[in-house]
Amino acid sequence: MKAFVKQSGIVAPMDRANIDTDMIIPKQFLKSIKRSGFGPNLFDELRYLDEGQPDADNSGRPLNPDFVLNQPRYQGASILLTRENFGCGSSREHAPWALEDFGFQVIIASSYADIFFNNSFKNGLLPIVLDEAIIDGLFAEVTATEGYELTVDLENQNIVKPNGDLIPFEVDAFRKHCLMNGLDDIGLTLQDADDITAYEVKRKASSPWLF
Amino acid sequence: MTAKTLYDKLWDSHLVKQRDDGTALIYIDRQLLHEVTSPQAFEGLRIAARKPWKLSANLATPDHNVPTTKTERTVGIAGIQDPVSKIQVQTLDDNCNEFGITQFDMMDKRQGIVHVVGPEQGATLPGMTVVCGDSHTATHGAFAALAHGIGTSEVEHVLATQCLIQRKMKNLLINVEGTLGEGITGKDVVLHVIGVIGTAGGNGCAMEFGGSAIRSMSMEGRMTMCNMAIEAGARVGMVAFDQITADYVKGRDFAPKGDHWEMALEQWADLVSDEDAVFDKVVEIKAEDIKPQVTWGTSPEMVTTVDGFVPTLEDAKDEVERSGFERAYKYMGLEPGQAITDINLDRVFIGSCTNSRIEDLRAAAAVAKGNKVADSVIQALVVPGSGLVKEQAEKEGLDKIFIEAGFEWREPGCSMCLAMNADKLGSGEHCASTSNRNFEGRQGYGGRTHLVSPAMAAAAAIAGHFVDVRQFELVK
Repeated sequence: MKAFVKQSGIVAPMDRANIDTDMIIPKQFLKSIKRSGFGPNLFDELRYLDEGQPDADNSGRPLNPDFVLNQPRYQGASILLTRENFGCGSSREHAPWALEDFGFQVIIASSYADIFFNNSFKNGLLPIVLDEAIIDGLFAEVTATEGYELTVDLENQNIVKPNGDLIPFEVDAFRKHCLMNGLDDIGLTLQDADDITAYEVKRKASSPWLF
Repeated sequence: MTAKTLYDKLWDSHLVKQRDDGTALIYIDRQLLHEVTSPQAFEGLRIAARKPWKLSANLATPDHNVPTTKTERTVGIAGIQDPVSKIQVQTLDDNCNEFGITQFDMMDKRQGIVHVVGPEQGATLPGMTVVCGDSHTATHGAFAALAHGIGTSEVEHVLATQCLIQRKMKNLLINVEGTLGEGITGKDVVLHVIGVIGTAGGNGCAMEFGGSAIRSMSMEGRMTMCNMAIEAGARVGMVAFDQITADYVKGRDFAPKGDHWEMALEQWADLVSDEDAVFDKVVEIKAEDIKPQVTWGTSPEMVTTVDGFVPTLEDAKDEVERSGFERAYKYMGLEPGQAITDINLDRVFIGSCTNSRIEDLRAAAAVAKGNKVADSVIQALVVPGSGLVKEQAEKEGLDKIFIEAGFEWREPGCSMCLAMNADKLGSGEHCASTSNRNFEGRQGYGGRTHLVSPAMAAAAAIAGHFVDVRQFELVK
């Protein structure tokens, strides 16, 4: 996983609550056995006017001109601003894979579904939680100002606005550490292999039918 | 000693290590694997030259992609016509062979939807922690187990370490007191709960279903309820252990036998929330208030009763919900204020990890018996949850009842719940479905899903539109 320290980028607004992972990456693209290449099909049903197929060339497909990510002013966006309960539904990690592959590195919303939130951190994607009132303000500024950019500073846990104002945010210390150093969870957990083995010895004595 | 909830007890008994930063290593007793969310996890193991920590904790079966027609199921993987699906099912087969993981492959009669297969085999047991790369893993909590849906990185993590990194969640109790009316099922109860607390109502919580209505419910009903805990935002759903749980588990292939069975029963008896345990939040539901449920929109919380109406914009609680309603009217092709019974159906789907167990098929067959699917319904599918459910249903003659009524009787798999195989809705088609998600495009591009119980789906197939199943004369 690549490390995340500080990131500046254009903000794309998706003013909609309860965006589910079926919407982020529809089921037909889950047939891939790889982790990469999902970006062209991110938000497929919203982004294109026809039905997408796996392993197909997307370059000639008709784009939905109303969809935010198709608008010229949001090209190259790396920060997605959205609403409550983002990433609800299916546990598919293809959702953060698709967001990351498209170029997003940060999501800003007032809340997330638990599994999506967890999956994001494992893929170098930072989901930030802010109060609904702050989100409302950001939506107003993003839509009013073309080329609106934010800088997300993970180390200092704040978002720097174009006028220099800071918006602080919370992040779990362990996740921050892993994200900033691009660390692999498995390697860290295996440092506790002796604890796992000791647990198994105890568990085998109390519940032998599990072994 | 402090009183504990069921979740507290399951957490404490699986805690390997509490770290200073608030995270914990939780030991995982069982991992279920399927073809969609495992290939990248196995690839990760290969790249890092790691081996599974405990092989016997894993059990695999293909379900999401497998075709459900007999013709595509006679010669194994080679018979799968969709080349992309075929590669994915083949990859699961190859990975299980390479790593030595037990798999019920496509030709094995024990194959089926992971969340049907686990309990059916006794591979899901009370007091266990169960994970699977699928959000509907919450299903297994019906056995007083701690069951989490996880992402693929976590599938790899569990394969390699037998642990999951977790933070303890909050305790939420959904207390359903009273007696459910005739024809009201676990599906109606859980849809009603989602309607009350919303799709984010359980975020960050482990959700226990309790109360007299749950205590008198069958394991199938409890599984349906826990299955949909995730649609209320809760990654974990649970029901306390009791005699009904024990009776279901006893004698199953992977269940303990002899002395171990007696030992297990003694241990499992404690898998209940202590009487004075404190929950962070309690939601009280009166069983008598629950009528047959039908979703009208594109989120499971957009649900009403069969005698109800599509809500109007005045019913929306805020601006965000208002715009959600407007989008849903347009996508679903419905008018605000329209009666639910006026919604005509194009297809009917009875199946999925929510409702494809034997009790579900019996309930649907009781309605279908002696009736005919309406001419206006293009297709009515019945897809059993596993090869063993299919075998049992055929023993009881349910397949004949369905076929005579004009339903198609299929081979087991996830099928039209998420349309990764050939079973899908056409654009604009309305479907009465016993599955769990009515999201845009979920059952096919442009498809319009209405979530209902199996009996309600069967009744809708016969009438061609939604009807109150309680008005149907059941052949006993």
